[in-house]
Amino acid sequence: MGIEQKAANLGFATMRLEQAVNWARTYAMWPMLFGLACCAIEMMAGQAAKHDMSRFGMELMRATPRQSDLMIISGRVTRKMAPVLRLLYDQMPEPKWVVSMGDCASCGGIFNNYAIVQGVDEIMPVDVYVAGCPPRPEALVHGILTLHEKVRGESLKTWA
Amino acid sequence: MNEELQPAVTALKERFDARAEEFRGQTTLFLPSDRIVEACQTLHDDFGFDFLEVETAVDYWPKQNPRFHIVYQLYSIQKQLRIGLRVPISGQTPSLPSLTGLYANANWREREIWDMFGIHFEGHPDLRRILMPHDWEGHPLRKDYPLGYEEVQFSFNAEEIDQDKPYAKE
Amino acid sequence: MLDQREVSFNELRHLVSERAIEGETMLLNMGPQHPSTHGVLRLLLELDSEIVVNCFPDIGFLHTGIEKNMEVKSYEKAAVMTDRLDYLNNLGNNLVYCMAIEKLAELDVPPRAQAIRVILTELQRIASHLVWLGTHTLDLAAISVFWYTFREREMIIDINEMVSGQRMMTTFFRPGGLWRDVPVEFEDAVRQFISIFPKRIKEYEGMLSENPLFLERTKDIGILTSEDAINWGVTGPSLRAIGVPHDLRKIEPYSGYEQYEFDVPTHTDGDTYARYLVRMEEMRQALRIVQQALDNLPYGPVRSSNRKFVPPPRSELGTSMEAVIHHFKLWTEGFDMPEGSVYVAAESPRGVLGVFLESDGGPNPYRVHWRTPSFDNLQVLPVLAKGHLVADLVALIGTTDFVLGDIDR
Repeated sequence: MGIEQKAANLGFATMRLEQAVNWARTYAMWPMLFGLACCAIEMMAGQAAKHDMSRFGMELMRATPRQSDLMIISGRVTRKMAPVLRLLYDQMPEPKWVVSMGDCASCGGIFNNYAIVQGVDEIMPVDVYVAGCPPRPEALVHGILTLHEKVRGESLKTWA
Repeated sequence: MNEELQPAVTALKERFDARAEEFRGQTTLFLPSDRIVEACQTLHDDFGFDFLEVETAVDYWPKQNPRFHIVYQLYSIQKQLRIGLRVPISGQTPSLPSLTGLYANANWREREIWDMFGIHFEGHPDLRRILMPHDWEGHPLRKDYPLGYEEVQFSFNAEEIDQDKPYAKE
Repeated sequence: MLDQREVSFNELRHLVSERAIEGETMLLNMGPQHPSTHGVLRLLLELDSEIVVNCFPDIGFLHTGIEKNMEVKSYEKAAVMTDRLDYLNNLGNNLVYCMAIEKLAELDVPPRAQAIRVILTELQRIASHLVWLGTHTLDLAAISVFWYTFREREMIIDINEMVSGQRMMTTFFRPGGLWRDVPVEFEDAVRQFISIFPKRIKEYEGMLSENPLFLERTKDIGILTSEDAINWGVTGPSLRAIGVPHDLRKIEPYSGYEQYEFDVPTHTDGDTYARYLVRMEEMRQALRIVQQALDNLPYGPVRSSNRKFVPPPRSELGTSMEAVIHHFKLWTEGFDMPEGSVYVAAESPRGVLGVFLESDGGPNPYRVHWRTPSFDNLQVLPVLAKGHLVADLVALIGTTDFVLGDIDR
């Protein structure tokens, strides 16, 4: 109360470091351009003009994993693609988050057979699961906002 | 049967000992496996069937012997006619000549049949797996290959499935 | 599964030319994750500085095993999986599958159902071409077209949602007709779309057709001769851009297409620009078909009344014992099909889409094979790409308009 008031009168904004770092990470999260199948079309529709994801900080989609923070796995992951996916995840620098978009990425979806990985959390840790086949762009935006809330609650030691 | 198909069917019956069947207005000819390339050459040169539309296989294990039937559908762009061919093949070491010399798109289609059914094509320039990973074992679309079904998690069996399912921690 | 096996060079030796082995040309991997390969496609390129000497597509990264999975489901349940094959042409895949079942079982489809099928399939064709245009020009760095085409596509998707509740994977066409009748707002929504869309096509053409940069990047790129095209099994706009007027809607009309008047656009050059012009004109012709079908929409039932295949309405279940028995059979096991095999083909936005359906008399399909157009259209890419620059390869991938779900199934 006292010191914040004094600092504010002098023109200093005060915030905990954790809050500041999380705030910055939330508002400029760049997803990696990783569309696999049908959900990718809804992700592109989410990026397009009607449901605009750049309002939430995801202005561009970086094609290279080295410059992206968020991996939206949109579409079915096959056994042939799984090592590639893990390689891309390992190439992303920390801090990194994963959103599993759609039923096929979350749990294998309607394809319960030899060729599809039953849920991408067999390969990598997932932060938010978005259900739907394919999920509406609004549902994807809701998933992103849930991820933002989760990031705001992270402690400084998670990625330190 | 379409009357325009009749000369082609008659020619194949005489020269290659084919058996014709008609079902729902579509004609199918059964041919022996060693004469398929000659038969397709005849259809291509003499009757104008210059387009290979479908090349796939059906597995009849364990009901029928021979086990596999290779199915072709040839199409003629000029005359707008379609004809189907079927080649029965037995299952021990299934192998038949390749059509890549005649129709260029038979290349990937025969690779897919090799991948999914294990049927070898003689004379194919590059027979390796196309849809499955290159070190996969087994041929998925055969009837004795399991579906790979995984037990669905409901709330009553969630914990027991969780113990065996691999989860990545980091 | 997660270990990476080193592929030795010897396995691929027979594919690459001698110059690569000596080290004169470079082997570059355009990997599964790439912004310009629309989907997960891996291309192994052999480059001589910037010129492509050869390119080897490596597919299978999206192989879902749909053909095997459909063998364990009943016919109507397997229809759900057909939407996800060519995921830009959902209703088109549905249509071919239902046509195959109707042909094998000799099931009738009422005229109102046929007309609504035509309207929705043609709107889907327009939506697919809009995605093609947006992503193709996005790769060629004309990014603004992407925003405009997706805005139009949203209108078509809204019509889908009004009719069935789902934006993309609707499974609206069922064997025997449609799932249910369209609501009253359907006609107004489609008429509104018809009234605004021609101006929008003019907008896109105004941005692209006379644009010197676009012409520079698409004229004389990827010329295909008609002998090559027919030998490689290419169909669809790629074949029509060479001059061969092969359109299954005119040659073997299905679902009432013979009643509607429309042209099949063709061109003679066979390069990327010709394919662009053919697809733009196809969008206009599709709109024409939608207008005619909507003007002449007949009244009547939307699903066949053959109770062996089509469930009875709920009102009948209270009065008729037979209806209850039919309902029970359809809901537990599914309908039984006669034995035999058929092959049915239709025209998807990418080419000839065909279903080979074989039944052994039971409630599950014995073998379903999908003849997909993108499989052959991609196979011809190495022929198109020889001698072109890597930047032209990006334009060629866009103009071939393949969808990986179609190729890998």
